Amino acid sequence: MGAAHDDQHEAPGPHGRALRLGIGGPVGSGKTALVAALCRTLGPSMRLGVVTNDIYTTEDADFLRRAGVLDPERILAVQTGCCPHTAIRDDIAANVDAVETLEERFGPLDLVIVESGGDNLTATFSRGLADKQIFVLDVSGGDKVPRKGGPGVTGADLLVVNKTDLAPLVGADLTVMSRDAGAVRNGKPVLFTSIRQDQGAHAVAEWVAGVTDSWRHDHPHDHAHEHA
Amino acid sequence: MTTLMTTLTNTPEPRGAVRAAAAIATRRGADGRTVLATLRSDPPLTLRQTGATRVHLVSTGAGPLGGDRLHLDLDVAPGTTLDVRSVAATLVLPGPDGETSRTSIEARVGAGATLRFTPEPTVLAAGCSHHLVVRLSLAEDASVLWREEIVFGRHGERPGRCHARFDATRGGRPLLRQEFVVGDPEIDGSPAVYGDARCVGSVFTTASLHGRGDGWAALPLAAGGTLVSALARDAVELRRRLSVVET
Amino acid sequence: MNASMNAALLLLTDSRLPAGGHAHSGGAEEAVRTGAVTGPDDLARLLRGRLATAGRVAAALAAAACAHALTTNDDWRELDAEADARTASPAQRDASRTQGRLLVRSARRIWPSSALDALTTALPGGAHHPVALGAVAAAAGCTPSDAALAAAYQAVTGPATAAVRLLGLDPVTVHRLLADLAPELDAMARTPATADWADLPAHAAPALDLLAEGHVHNPLKLFVS
Repeated sequence: MGAAHDDQHEAPGPHGRALRLGIGGPVGSGKTALVAALCRTLGPSMRLGVVTNDIYTTEDADFLRRAGVLDPERILAVQTGCCPHTAIRDDIAANVDAVETLEERFGPLDLVIVESGGDNLTATFSRGLADKQIFVLDVSGGDKVPRKGGPGVTGADLLVVNKTDLAPLVGADLTVMSRDAGAVRNGKPVLFTSIRQDQGAHAVAEWVAGVTDSWRHDHPHDHAHEHA
Repeated sequence: MTTLMTTLTNTPEPRGAVRAAAAIATRRGADGRTVLATLRSDPPLTLRQTGATRVHLVSTGAGPLGGDRLHLDLDVAPGTTLDVRSVAATLVLPGPDGETSRTSIEARVGAGATLRFTPEPTVLAAGCSHHLVVRLSLAEDASVLWREEIVFGRHGERPGRCHARFDATRGGRPLLRQEFVVGDPEIDGSPAVYGDARCVGSVFTTASLHGRGDGWAALPLAAGGTLVSALARDAVELRRRLSVVET
Repeated sequence: MNASMNAALLLLTDSRLPAGGHAHSGGAEEAVRTGAVTGPDDLARLLRGRLATAGRVAAALAAAACAHALTTNDDWRELDAEADARTASPAQRDASRTQGRLLVRSARRIWPSSALDALTTALPGGAHHPVALGAVAAAAGCTPSDAALAAAYQAVTGPATAAVRLLGLDPVTVHRLLADLAPELDAMARTPATADWADLPAHAAPALDLLAEGHVHNPLKLFVS
């Protein structure tokens, strides 16, 4: 990115920029905890940035900054005017601005995570904002949620079912969730996790590392352009 | 506020419209001190020197009245100081034919010079129609403190109309341009404009300030300097809110 | 000059134009929080006052920017400085520049133009929103009158939508309030062009300034401004 302000007629091409990973899901499903876990596990080996979309104020950003998992300056908060889904799907301008700001300040980066404000099952990221997206559910919403589908559950590149430690307490049957999710997702991956028990969310981190590697391979930094 | 109340309860003598142009200019004396080189009164704009660098505006006669055209010119020479005040509030009154009264103030503040302009409030009497234009041109390192207070009518009175424009530039570049329009109850009472306030005021200063409180805020301007902006129910409260910067 | 009704103007003012406007309440959130706006009557007064002050200034700046983009297309910093001098509140300046930056970023992909390139080069951090809007209007094929109408319209539609969300007002009632402002909006589009930028309107809205500064310090806010 950097200095070239006069060649942006088209959307900045994907070459030479970080993978943009959207993380969405309903309120309380553990999106922020997952972002913190990914920073913890991937931070040592990757150049990261995080954009949060808080409903109110900058609470998620503040949580992440306090968690000490990432340089606080690499975490930007976007306000969404009561409409978290608008900010990640219909009018992504403020989020793109935040992502590009991080890349200009700290780039080149490997991965920028955009965490959506907690919303409903229909909220998904625009392809203009996120190259890949994870949808986070938790078992306490009931084991019927995957069967009901919705764009988040069916369309996300990875479905994460969090808080599996609570499954016995809320009577959620993980095998039912796994079977239903598989059926509506046409074979796209589903991972079960308990970030409370595995604070590095290692299985999810491994998937993210994999897609980031593929992205880097497919969209190498264009050094000639970068230094022009 | 004793002077204010006394002035406002007097009923003005009727008179015809006037044109007046008063002027103050300073120069730097041989010893480096400020000399008041020009002090030209033109009734009803009457000027009295009340200190080495201080001048008071003393209104001789009521007004401005509708139809009046008053001009005050201030020229603060490089390296000098001028402090302009007024002895009483200005009560703007309607003229016999509903004409607009016009007051213009042109001030030039030279390099290293200081101007302090803190008159008493302008009170918009019922039925008045007033136009106030202030043009303030500053040299690069000039210092200014300029206060403007507008009171919407005497006690319990609905104000007439007023349009005030203030333009401050430094080296030709704009520092602050703002207009206050008063007199349309639908707009005046808007929660975006004056709300339930009965007075509006501001202090423009080249000093850097920030802060805010009930009914006021010190707003650092983009090109340097600060505008302290305040709304209040009455002139006393307005002055208190604007006074945060005047010590 | 009358605003020419054209598709470009509709696209430009469509709230679905992805330019970040949905996250700005134009002071409405703070007005609701402080109790200055509690229902449709207060909202109507807020909108009318906002239009007569900030809206009028934005309309004039947008028309000037549009005319400028259609002619010489340099000195963008000079016009932007005129917007600065008319925006005393730092919070409002920040919000205005953010919206300007986001608008131009999207618009350069929708309506590529040398004016938008020049504007971005002159003001990489973002031009003031009315200036950006005027330049974008020119790029989209609109006239200065269209640009003025767009700016005036957005000066009231943003806060109106925010109030619907914040107070749960009947959206039909609120749209009626906007319809009531149509004559004033049309009048803004007819405002004659000013040759000298220094003479452009500069109507202050002291209450909006105080609301904008208060909003910045509210730790629990939904909108950027």
